[in-house]
Amino acid sequence: MDVLSLARFQYAATTIFHFFFVPLSIGLVLIVSIMETMYVVKKNDIYKKMAQFWGKLFLINFAIGVVTGILQEFQFGMNWSQYSRFMGDVFGAPLAIEALLAFFLESTFIGIWVFGWDRLKKGAHLACIWLVTAGTSLSALWILTANSFMQHPVGFAVQNGRAVMTNFGALLANPQLWVEFPHTIFGSFATGAFVVSGISAIVLLKKKDIEFYKKSFKIGIIVGLSSGILLAFFGHFQAQYLVQTQPMKMAASEALWKDSGSPAAWTVVANINTKDHQNSGEIKIPYLLDYLSYGTFSGNVKGIDTLQKKYTVKYGKGNYIPPVKTTFWSFRIMTVMGGILCLLGIVGAILLWRNKLVESKWFLRLMVAAIAVPYIGSTTGWLMTEIGRQPWTVFGFMQTAASVSPNVSAGELLFSIIAFIGMYSILGVVMIYLFSRVIKQGPSLNAEETTHSDDPFDGEAYHVVTE
Amino acid sequence: MLLSELWFLLIAVLFIGFFFLEGYDFGVGMATRFVAKNDLERRVLINTIGPFWDANEVWLITAGGAMFAAFPNWYATLFSGFYVPLVVMLLLLIARGTAFEFRAKVAHPKWGETWDWAIFIPSLLVPFLWGVVFSSLVYGLPIDSKMNMHGVFSSFVNPYTVLGGLLITLLCLYHGLVYLCLRTTDDLRDRARTLAKRIFWILAAAAIAFVVVTFFVTDLFTRRGGWLYPIYLLDVAALILSVLFLGKKRDGWAFGMNAGVILLTVASLFIGLFPRVMVSNIKPAYDLTIYNSASGSYSLGVMTIVAVTLLPFVLGYSIWSYTVFKKRVSKKEHLEY
Ligand code: HDD
Ligand code: HEM
Ligand code: HEM
Repeated sequence: MDVLSLARFQYAATTIFHFFFVPLSIGLVLIVSIMETMYVVKKNDIYKKMAQFWGKLFLINFAIGVVTGILQEFQFGMNWSQYSRFMGDVFGAPLAIEALLAFFLESTFIGIWVFGWDRLKKGAHLACIWLVTAGTSLSALWILTANSFMQHPVGFAVQNGRAVMTNFGALLANPQLWVEFPHTIFGSFATGAFVVSGISAIVLLKKKDIEFYKKSFKIGIIVGLSSGILLAFFGHFQAQYLVQTQPMKMAASEALWKDSGSPAAWTVVANINTKDHQNSGEIKIPYLLDYLSYGTFSGNVKGIDTLQKKYTVKYGKGNYIPPVKTTFWSFRIMTVMGGILCLLGIVGAILLWRNKLVESKWFLRLMVAAIAVPYIGSTTGWLMTEIGRQPWTVFGFMQTAASVSPNVSAGELLFSIIAFIGMYSILGVVMIYLFSRVIKQGPSLNAEETTHSDDPFDGEAYHVVTE
Repeated sequence: MLLSELWFLLIAVLFIGFFFLEGYDFGVGMATRFVAKNDLERRVLINTIGPFWDANEVWLITAGGAMFAAFPNWYATLFSGFYVPLVVMLLLLIARGTAFEFRAKVAHPKWGETWDWAIFIPSLLVPFLWGVVFSSLVYGLPIDSKMNMHGVFSSFVNPYTVLGGLLITLLCLYHGLVYLCLRTTDDLRDRARTLAKRIFWILAAAAIAFVVVTFFVTDLFTRRGGWLYPIYLLDVAALILSVLFLGKKRDGWAFGMNAGVILLTVASLFIGLFPRVMVSNIKPAYDLTIYNSASGSYSLGVMTIVAVTLLPFVLGYSIWSYTVFKKRVSKKEHLEY
């Protein structure tokens, strides 16, 4: 394989892996903050146990999120040095600000939170976890500022063959950011919420610690349902914005080869033939594409062939069509996941309301399976966003083929791919093992109320075994 | 002062912060094999850095981000040029970061022991690799007219860079031991002090060797002799003072003096480089300098405002976090990691 394909493969694999942990970190820390707030307000110890138990899962996940993130930070320079030279002036700033503003915040206060249970006053300890929550969300804001620039470049000029920032405000006011950031953040909140509810469902099925897990489930469902709805809303805004700024991505995610004509129908499934530029076996819902694209029930959505002609005139000869099948199916899967999240949220809320949750085994089983849903949604969402942007890294200004490092060899890349994938596989296995262990051990509700002895992995416990 | 010069200074500050802070936690990581005798003692050591190591690592991430933003060409040349060493360093950092969090999560001796190695080995090798990187920056690297570096094994690994690697490793070990004198009690504290006094001699030898070799194999002294002679004199003085304070059990002073050693050592490399950021051994015209690798003045201006606004807060709450955990860690205490 050539250097470009290897670099793309490595980037995609490591980034998808990083984003496997990111949404849970962002969502779970919010829920832990909510739980600790309830502890401080209601003075009921069960909420403290909840914050500590879910906090333990959060920390395991956070650790992997952090170490895989370090790799991300270096990766632009390692594999995409031409990109970094061309774009660093604009793209580096949000990254540096993310580190200064967000990473310091989250890493410092998470340390204080973990080690500070009996050293700080309740209020100060609570403030720490909220600062971590703020840190994770700020981190998302700044990294997505950088990503939004790649989707829809603003606030810069090309001088002497390099992009130069001319308007920092425009970078922050990028409309792409203000649909992408809420969509990603609510997706992350939903991830945390469905993980909490799903794990609670596992234990509720065994009828253990019912009060503890029912309360957890309730918080999960409330956060999950509200984020699910907001998520769908912002997804819809994103689609509308996409039609204006990256019509090719929209056309590809619809596998729309020819212009749709007005009114435009939404294709549910299709058998796509990328060679002849046509589909067969399409099932369509009339008007829906117009609604998705424009928020009205009429209008023409441009097709791939039309756009390819237009781009050839504008940017010169070349292939401007992204991988259509991947984009098309990613979009479909993501939206279906969105639907499932909202539905489950509504049913769960009703069951809780009627106090029938614990008896409804079928629903609890569904919720266990639904842990996978937000992960599938996020991954397919990024696949659509990033692969649908191809062949560009920065839309309209720099192509992926021109971004790659010229001085890194295929052999070196192969080495790093094998090394990272090996390392990440180990991390994945360890993480699943630790999660199941912590869940099995449960929150140890009967231990007396001191932070010294309610930790099942406490020093003493460990020491006994080693001696 | 030009903005590009200011940012050169800021990046130097970030790296000094990284070596000063992460330096002691690398040192503590190494000390888990040299000072601790059993599992409980290892846990005590690790818990002295428990609340801090993650934030310490962010100094490195910020240095990387700042380099990307302020000197994109430096970032691109350095990280693509040092590809393989960086891959190794990232693997080590990944193992180390997860090890802290995971080691106490399962009560089985094999489990804890495995993760202990995942703390020790990276704590030893990562500072070594950084020493290699920094000494090869001043030594010169095969950078071509397009600013791309086509390095082979011997471009990074030669006697000079290995010496640089050893120096930084020893410096971190000594730093970590002094830190342990500050943060532990009883026999652990005594052992750390004894070992620190021994390491001092090796460290002093490596430091003198490094300065002498630097004099002969690099152009640092011909370019910046006026700065470097006094700096290295002060450096030696600080190092000697630190070990003297250590003997008198004035650990706070010893730590402060060694902080000075780290500051002066890292600063000397940056001063020797200035205004270059990477030296080309193909042709001086191909050197990367702060002028040919910097971002535009608008971008640097924005970044300056942001950094000047945020840094005081970061420093403020970092210092606060140290006041929360100023108590020494002993074997009787609740150990989180
Ligand atoms: C929408 C959110 C988001 C996205 C798209 C990314 N990250 Fe991330 N990152 C986070 C959200 C996040 C976080 C929530 O702040 C993390 C993840 C879990 C965690 O522990 O912190 C984090 C950790 C994290 C760290 C370690 C921070 C620390 O030590 O505390 C670094 C250096 C990066 N990331 C860098 C990146 C880069 C260069 C990305 C671009 C490809 C990237 N992340 C994508
Ligand atoms: C964390 C969620 C993300 C995922 C899962 C993701 C996924 C991907 C994938 C799969 C590609 C490869 C497309 C291809 O080569 O066909 C890609 C490309 C790229 N993405 Fe992202 N991305 C994410 C976030 C980001 C962010 C936040 C940034 C910027 C800060 C970014 C910058 C890039 C760059 C520079 C490329 C070009 C390299 C390439 O085309 O392979 N990505 N991304
Ligand atoms: C409810 C239906 C949904 C709609 C209509 C929708 C719409 C969209 C659109 C149009 C994009 C591409 C934006 C672009 O390329 O500029 C996108 C991206 C994305 N989606 Fe969704 N989405 C939905 C559900 C979900 C779900 C359930 C998740 C996961 C929890 C999710 C996570 C993401 C992510 C992580 C991205 C990439 C980042 C971004 O561009 O925002 N989406 N979504």
